[in-house]
Amino acid sequence: METKSLTCVVCPQGCAIEAHTEGGRIISISGNKCKRGESYARTELTDPRRTLTTTMRVEGGALVSVKTKGTVPKDAMLDCMKAINAAETKAPVEIGDVLIRNILGLGVDIVATSRVKGV
Amino acid sequence: MKADVAVIGGGPAGLAAAIAAKENGAENVLVVEREAHIGGILNQCIHSGFGLHVFGEELTGPEYAARFEDRAAELGVAFFTRTMVLGISPERRLTVVGPKTGLCTIEAGAIVLAMGCRERSAGALMLAGDRPAGVLTAGTAQRFVNIDGYMPGKEVVILGSGDIGLIMARRMTLEGAHVKMVLEIMPYSSGLKRNIVQCLDDFGIPLRLSHTVTRIHGKKRVEGVTVAAVDGKGVPVEGTEEYVPCDTLLLSVGLIPENELSRGMGVVMDAVTGGPVVDSQMQTSVEGVFACGNAVQVHDLVDNVTEEARRAGRAAALYLKDKSEKAGCFDTHAGKGVRYVIPQKLRADGQPKTLFFRVSGVFRNCATVARCGGEVIARSRKIICTPGEMESLSIAGDAVTGSVVVSVEEA
Repeated sequence: METKSLTCVVCPQGCAIEAHTEGGRIISISGNKCKRGESYARTELTDPRRTLTTTMRVEGGALVSVKTKGTVPKDAMLDCMKAINAAETKAPVEIGDVLIRNILGLGVDIVATSRVKGV
Repeated sequence: MKADVAVIGGGPAGLAAAIAAKENGAENVLVVEREAHIGGILNQCIHSGFGLHVFGEELTGPEYAARFEDRAAELGVAFFTRTMVLGISPERRLTVVGPKTGLCTIEAGAIVLAMGCRERSAGALMLAGDRPAGVLTAGTAQRFVNIDGYMPGKEVVILGSGDIGLIMARRMTLEGAHVKMVLEIMPYSSGLKRNIVQCLDDFGIPLRLSHTVTRIHGKKRVEGVTVAAVDGKGVPVEGTEEYVPCDTLLLSVGLIPENELSRGMGVVMDAVTGGPVVDSQMQTSVEGVFACGNAVQVHDLVDNVTEEARRAGRAAALYLKDKSEKAGCFDTHAGKGVRYVIPQKLRADGQPKTLFFRVSGVFRNCATVARCGGEVIARSRKIICTPGEMESLSIAGDAVTGSVVVSVEEA
């Protein structure tokens, strides 16, 4: 049996949750003071996902802020960073513009979150 | 030059105030902003988590700012960027200097102070050692990384677990730096829980509570810091010192409302918040001068800033229409377990009101209570209250008949 420790983020209490797993299956969850903690722990343990926000280079030296449109697996964040930092876009950029389509085949686009005016 | 409402600062508070002033009938509304771009600190807050209350969706800082900038422009709010307010007279005359205005005077019918806040910097900490390069506030590092595209360092220690410090721990890690640890002198973090999980735990960055930096090493560039545990009074415990090599020390050790202009014009200040004393319409002690946002109190959430600023902007517009003597005010006071209450004065106008406050420590299974003349006028049960999360209580318009005390009581 394996034990994983989590901090619940559903409310400011921040319960310290312990989850016991065996062969990837969740056997029991403890430490949570309410039901919401249990569902948080289940999602966190089975498929933890995050929205990634960062910047991308714009030709000419400026930066544009970007985000994943939707969440990506937590473990894929650093690989996404490498792909975004290797890319470059051109001004003008409008909020919501897709700058990288389907990053790393994850089914999620990288979109601009700020504007860059044309030269 | 003349303006109906002059707003000082084009961040989230200033933008929401300008929009509300316009929407409530003020014609000539202008925003004076010293940066080149409107949006304030939101422009460098590229992470998400903004707008859940105001828009019902999670936005990044620049997206949140753009929505307000667009709305303000649509309403015909005038923006003076790269423009600095040098001083304001109690008669609401602003002295400004900027590329569009030159050095000029603006006579304003009403003023909204929305200057925001500044970070506490290294000088305020009295740390031993030299002043080498590589010691910077978390917000400065955030600007370098997110706006200018520079990485301030590779081996990083962060002092202070406020939200900006936590956000920068993640940001620096994503960009390839090694964040060794986050130190917090208090036994609890002042940052939001989700930031501790998603910015530190996600990347295995240790958070060391009740620890601080006692010395900075290095002459030209930071070479390391001495880290020590502190006792219950925040004093370093002898024998716990540890040398941690690093090339960068980021500070996230508190924010201070920026009020040189407010003080300069004689606005009465609150020693606890560092901001002006305001009434329930966000008016300061100087008639026709209103204040909102982080210049009044340091908020956790921009959504709350927006709501506060909307009240200030609306009140400024209404003041232009009706300058007659207003109903008197009752004071609010911070009672047991409460550090401060905003607003400090409640107008006796029969309107429902909301009190905002912070508790002074961590309380479990308690109740936050507002009393007027000993009688309970609002009460809210809490599983937990921490100084890091702002609390509020709503009170009915007819409930206030004298001064109001807010305190933490047993549940």
